[in-house]
Amino acid sequence: MNTINPLKSLLLATVLLSSPMAQAAGDAAELEPAGINITDLGALQRGAKLFVNYCFGCHSADYMRYNRLSEDLALTEDMVIENLVFSDAKIGETMSIAMDPDQGEAWFGKAPPDLSLVGRSRGADWLYGYMRSFYQDDSGAWNNTVLANASMPHVWWQLQGIQKAIFKDDGHGNQVFDQFELVSPGSLSPQEYDNTVRDLVTFLDYMGEPAKLKRKSIGIWVILFLSVFAFLAYLLKAEYWRDVH
Amino acid sequence: MSSDGVNKDRRRFLIATTSVVGGVGAGLATVPFIKSFQPSAKAQAVGAPVEVNIGKLEQGQLLKVQWRGQTIGILRRSPETLENLDSVTAELRDPDSDESDQPEYTSNTYRALEPEFLVVNMHCTHLGCVPQMIPQVGPQPFDENWKGGFYCPCHKSKFDSAGRVYKAVPAPTNLKIPPYSFLDDRTLIIGVNPEGAA
Amino acid sequence: MGKPASGLARQASALMTWVDKRLPVTEFWNAHLAKYYAPKNFNFWYYMGSLALLVLVIQIATGIFLTMHYKPSANEAFASVEYIMRDVEWGWLIRYMHSSGASFFFIVVYLHMFRALLYGSHRKPRELLWVFGMFIYLVLMAEAFLGYVLPWGQMSYWGAQVIINLFGAIPTIGEPLTEWIRGDYFISDATLNRFFALHVIAVPLALLGLVALHLTSLHEVGSNNPDGVEIKEHKDEDGIPVDGIPFHPYYTVKDIFGAAMFLIIFAFVIFFWPEAGGLFLEHDNFIPADPLVTPEHIKPVWYFTPFYAILKAVPDKLMGVLLMGMSVMVLFFVPWLDRSPAKSIRYKGAWYRILLFTFAIAFIRLGMLGMAEGTPAQTWEMRLWTFVYFAFFILLFFFSKGGKTKPVPDRVKH
Repeated sequence: MNTINPLKSLLLATVLLSSPMAQAAGDAAELEPAGINITDLGALQRGAKLFVNYCFGCHSADYMRYNRLSEDLALTEDMVIENLVFSDAKIGETMSIAMDPDQGEAWFGKAPPDLSLVGRSRGADWLYGYMRSFYQDDSGAWNNTVLANASMPHVWWQLQGIQKAIFKDDGHGNQVFDQFELVSPGSLSPQEYDNTVRDLVTFLDYMGEPAKLKRKSIGIWVILFLSVFAFLAYLLKAEYWRDVH
Repeated sequence: MSSDGVNKDRRRFLIATTSVVGGVGAGLATVPFIKSFQPSAKAQAVGAPVEVNIGKLEQGQLLKVQWRGQTIGILRRSPETLENLDSVTAELRDPDSDESDQPEYTSNTYRALEPEFLVVNMHCTHLGCVPQMIPQVGPQPFDENWKGGFYCPCHKSKFDSAGRVYKAVPAPTNLKIPPYSFLDDRTLIIGVNPEGAA
Repeated sequence: MGKPASGLARQASALMTWVDKRLPVTEFWNAHLAKYYAPKNFNFWYYMGSLALLVLVIQIATGIFLTMHYKPSANEAFASVEYIMRDVEWGWLIRYMHSSGASFFFIVVYLHMFRALLYGSHRKPRELLWVFGMFIYLVLMAEAFLGYVLPWGQMSYWGAQVIINLFGAIPTIGEPLTEWIRGDYFISDATLNRFFALHVIAVPLALLGLVALHLTSLHEVGSNNPDGVEIKEHKDEDGIPVDGIPFHPYYTVKDIFGAAMFLIIFAFVIFFWPEAGGLFLEHDNFIPADPLVTPEHIKPVWYFTPFYAILKAVPDKLMGVLLMGMSVMVLFFVPWLDRSPAKSIRYKGAWYRILLFTFAIAFIRLGMLGMAEGTPAQTWEMRLWTFVYFAFFILLFFFSKGGKTKPVPDRVKH
């Protein structure tokens, strides 16, 4: 047979072309995978606690409702009120904060962004890298290798400790980041700190799309149902097409 | 193209099963669309229970609050008003509230948890106007023997001081009673049943 | 058992006769389904037409429900989409069906168009069918663009900025034209509000009208097939094409199976991969529109990127816009550019296989490069593939006249 099946050639072309594609989209490849699992209820609960304790002072989550937390994180509404609500907010209200954006801008140079969707806009790997990449520069100011000149100070320096960034020459005369050096240890070991960051990122990822937990479990049933239907439809089609020669 | 040797039973069976499974699937697919019409989480949050301080409410005074967009009236009734309730029974359409809409725990003559306090959805069961409270006992333009109660200006429906509807008026049933309970002596919460009550 | 059933059947047929005298239901059913004869050798590619119709229905149904919760105002649009995603019961599912549906519409339409190029479905007597199809494609692009602005995220905003400014390249009237499109001096509430109206009612109406024309024209000339031969040229004594089979039940059952397979893939994306790694829903679009901050890397959604790459390849604003416009417009003329005696790739000889294969690669590669950051090397590659893209049409015109063909059979083979 010397005819080329057009379908096969299209598939072949796609495969041939897909490797440069990965290359084109892969500029964020240096980020370490966060390794989160959003079905881990423990991580979500710990992450929620970390969020309200450390982030919520400056960052709001205006699209997230407190009672959604009780629904999705297997907590009673009373537990949510007791452990996660520090204001007089009601259970059905959103996780908004009192800080005026203008004031935030005055304090940090940039108003702290709302974090409802940061799990989707930045992605888990970026957040995981960001929270682990704060360092103190030579002048003693905070900086970050994932987001250079970030306006946010290192909120967790007491947990992580203080690290310095070591830069090296990339061979073209540019200074590029090489590795961190922990100059003063924090209250957590590096392993513990990574786990803490992972819990927070798990929560942020969930908060970006609370329906994610539900949609995957429903999806399995939808696809199973459709497979049964497709099978029956195939039998029906095959039955009729026996007429066609 | 030929129809020789067609197994008609098999064909019919496959048509039936595919149609049934497809029909069930189509039916299930409509569920999310229909449910999306339900009050959203936001609407539910806005429609959350309302706390009302009744500590300063005097006898004969009516306090109006909004709950889920409805006007809820809280009337503190005097002993005389409560006594008058029995005198109108014969003129009422549903004196025992058998046909009317109220929580189980208010299915009594007073239509209340505490006889003194009437908590009532003020919207007329006819077409939703809000009746006026006319507490005076005595002849009124609309009733010679008025014993006090609610009178709807829209279509002339009359209710007694427990929100029970009179006979021969357009409103079909007594005024509705919303779910409510007491948090303490001075505080009432509308939208929450008393503990233990369904 | 027998008698009541036949009584019921008699009543049903009496009712049908009553209706038919007033509305030609049976006539329509026969003309377009039960006695519409389609070639018996349709293959995989022929599922795409019915699937496009299915996606259209999904988009309209989900779109109607989204408008019930969406707020077309610059202050509220972004939040209302999140409201749909979080607060409305099942809102996330309806929204994902709509957002993924947009991408699937283009996947299906691109495969549908490629099918035409494979088997010569645009050739005489189906030129008008192809032209209507191209109009559908154009209107679909407008619809998709307008819809993409509505979530009012950063990519919505800056995508709209770039696309609207394309009109600014037109000499003299360009600037006033962009202002007229926006209804403001920048993209604002006014722009969003009118885009909403166009997306929800004006453009869909045009789309439905064009689909009706496309189908009417198809059923007038009859379907082509992978062999590219006319089945109407061989009819039996009853006037029925020998190689034709009634669309109903044969192709209805086949298309139901195709729809089921499509829905499995569709459901997989909706439930497990709704962002498609940033292809269907871009990460930056989860940041509210901010006229003061331009995202680092603006790119349109994947289905526009081949043309976007052509735009980027040209180092001149007006020329870039013109070339990009031409890259779409030239497709209208393919029925007349292809002059080969054979319609189908099966009988056209190697020259067409090579041309079409290269063209497909150019299109895909341009699409990828349109998404990329744009290094100098990539710019040169975009120029190369842009050249290849246009070369296809020119070479087609010349090769098709004299290019070798195999003997085209009388009747369909497989």
